[in-house]
Amino acid sequence: MNHLVEVHNIGMKYQSLNGEITALEDINFSVQDGEFVSIVGPSGCGKSTLLSIISGLLVSTAGTVLLGGEKVTGTSGKVGYMLQKDHLFNWRTIYQNVILGLEIRKMLTPETKERALRLLKTYGLYEFKNKYPNQLSGGMRQRVALIRTLVTDPQILLLDEPFSALDYQTRLMVNDDIYAIIKKENKTALLVTHDIAESISMADRVVLLSKRPGTVKQIYAIKVNCANRTPLYSREAPEFRHLFQEIWKGLDVHV
Amino acid sequence: MSNLEPEISPPMTRTSAFSQEHKVYLRRLKMEKQWILFIQVVIFVVAIALWEICANAKIVDPFITSQPSRIIKTIIRLYEEGVLFQHIGITCLEAFVGFVSGTLLGTLIAIGLWWSKFLCKILEPYLVVFNSLPKIALGPVFIVWIGAGPAAIIVMTLAISLIVTVLEILNGFLAIDAEKIKLIQTFGGTKLHILTLVVLPASLPTIINALKINVGLSWVGVIVGEFLVSKAGLGYLIVYGGQVFKLDLVMTSVIILGVAATLMYQGVVFLEKLLVKNNL
Ligand SMILES: Nc1ncnc2c1ncn2[C@@H]1O[C@H](COP(=O)(O)OP(=O)(O)O)[C@@H](O)[C@H]1O
Ligand SMILES: [Mg+2]
Repeated sequence: MNHLVEVHNIGMKYQSLNGEITALEDINFSVQDGEFVSIVGPSGCGKSTLLSIISGLLVSTAGTVLLGGEKVTGTSGKVGYMLQKDHLFNWRTIYQNVILGLEIRKMLTPETKERALRLLKTYGLYEFKNKYPNQLSGGMRQRVALIRTLVTDPQILLLDEPFSALDYQTRLMVNDDIYAIIKKENKTALLVTHDIAESISMADRVVLLSKRPGTVKQIYAIKVNCANRTPLYSREAPEFRHLFQEIWKGLDVHV
Repeated sequence: MSNLEPEISPPMTRTSAFSQEHKVYLRRLKMEKQWILFIQVVIFVVAIALWEICANAKIVDPFITSQPSRIIKTIIRLYEEGVLFQHIGITCLEAFVGFVSGTLLGTLIAIGLWWSKFLCKILEPYLVVFNSLPKIALGPVFIVWIGAGPAAIIVMTLAISLIVTVLEILNGFLAIDAEKIKLIQTFGGTKLHILTLVVLPASLPTIINALKINVGLSWVGVIVGEFLVSKAGLGYLIVYGGQVFKLDLVMTSVIILGVAATLMYQGVVFLEKLLVKNNL
């Protein structure tokens, strides 16, 4: 298997008037092509920082990131990023929101427009293409946000707690929804979350980060026994509880 | 168990047949609205009538308070002399030009300050001083520099409204969610993309708000300007009327001014309805 993402010895220090904050220290892991990897860690341990570095938005103070074998030096079309909130623009229609990335990357061609419409159609949003975001439910908005990312055809999706703004029931449903889309489109994904159950339910591997300065504490391989794996079924698999206990212990939460 | 069918979103669920209670509710709302309008009209009519009656009965001195009938006569006289629309036109034009240029210039400066945080930090103390300064004090300076004419009046208007506009709009720019900007950056967007795709459209409500404040400030600027320099316009009529004790002329001008300023404000409200549909 080839490594799509390789993170080598990444370290990050933020400078501020009050001193220096070491957010990340000596992070090493990799993501294989087609894999779904979750990163779990307590809040403030540097998860968002790590994604920003992988995407090229932020320059690390130590180490290198390789994307498809090439060193990351800035943002590129290889990476699709999904943020905590959908951030759909209320002044744009659903279709106009979906083609935002194409517009910025100057990729608007008849083919890409066609792809945008096809994705909207496949994921049940075609009839809403001329509606505005405030006419959609939270789950649908998150789906539009994913399509906005997918339409630029990235090699890897970076998801930064994209479900944390949703209420619990919606979250379970959107987990399944987004997971199904990612699998159907054959995308590699790196999901950041502070929710252990969510990380297990979706991932092939879970990378556990320690609290600040974030270091890789442990990497867990997730193998769940269910015929047709979806996040919701995974939660019912017999291994689930065991994995949860293990990661929970590793996370070492103190009140 | 992936659910790929669209759910019906809450704002779109609406039953077509209204219940009896809903009809009653709507009717009550409508009644209330009509009552409010009715009472508003009554207050207006009674106030005008009282003013007229008291002046006729010499309870108040119409020489000082003027009275509705004399105001109408004054308007007719100004109209027959052919100067009514000339005065209104000049003042409105000055206010409009001051208003538009204040808004445009203010937005441009705000964009500049947003673009360069460094420039913003350098200029901050100057902005604070200019914002605190009573700009009217600069009136005589403008007259000397620019000459006693409409140009000085427009500059006066600008002086009053510009800094407020800049600060208001800049605050709007800076309040934009950093994550929205990050979104643009994840697509490799430049600063110009951030400005045109997020900052300006998201700030439209702020800009409209600045417009609303500016309408009022422009009229202040124009009237002060006309007090100081002009030979025509509503401000000039007020000063002139005051000097020769023609309170009819003063009252008439104030009332026309009120109507004109309200119309301009309503124009902005209309613009808002046109533009800010989906920015909520
Ligand atoms: N721009 C910044 N300047 C200084 N410190 C920062 C900055 N961004 C994040 N940090 C700090 O780095 C640490 C990690 O932040 P973040 O990556 O957002 O954590 P997480 O996403 O895991 O909650 C936090 O303690 C945060 O305060
Ligand atoms: Mg975070």
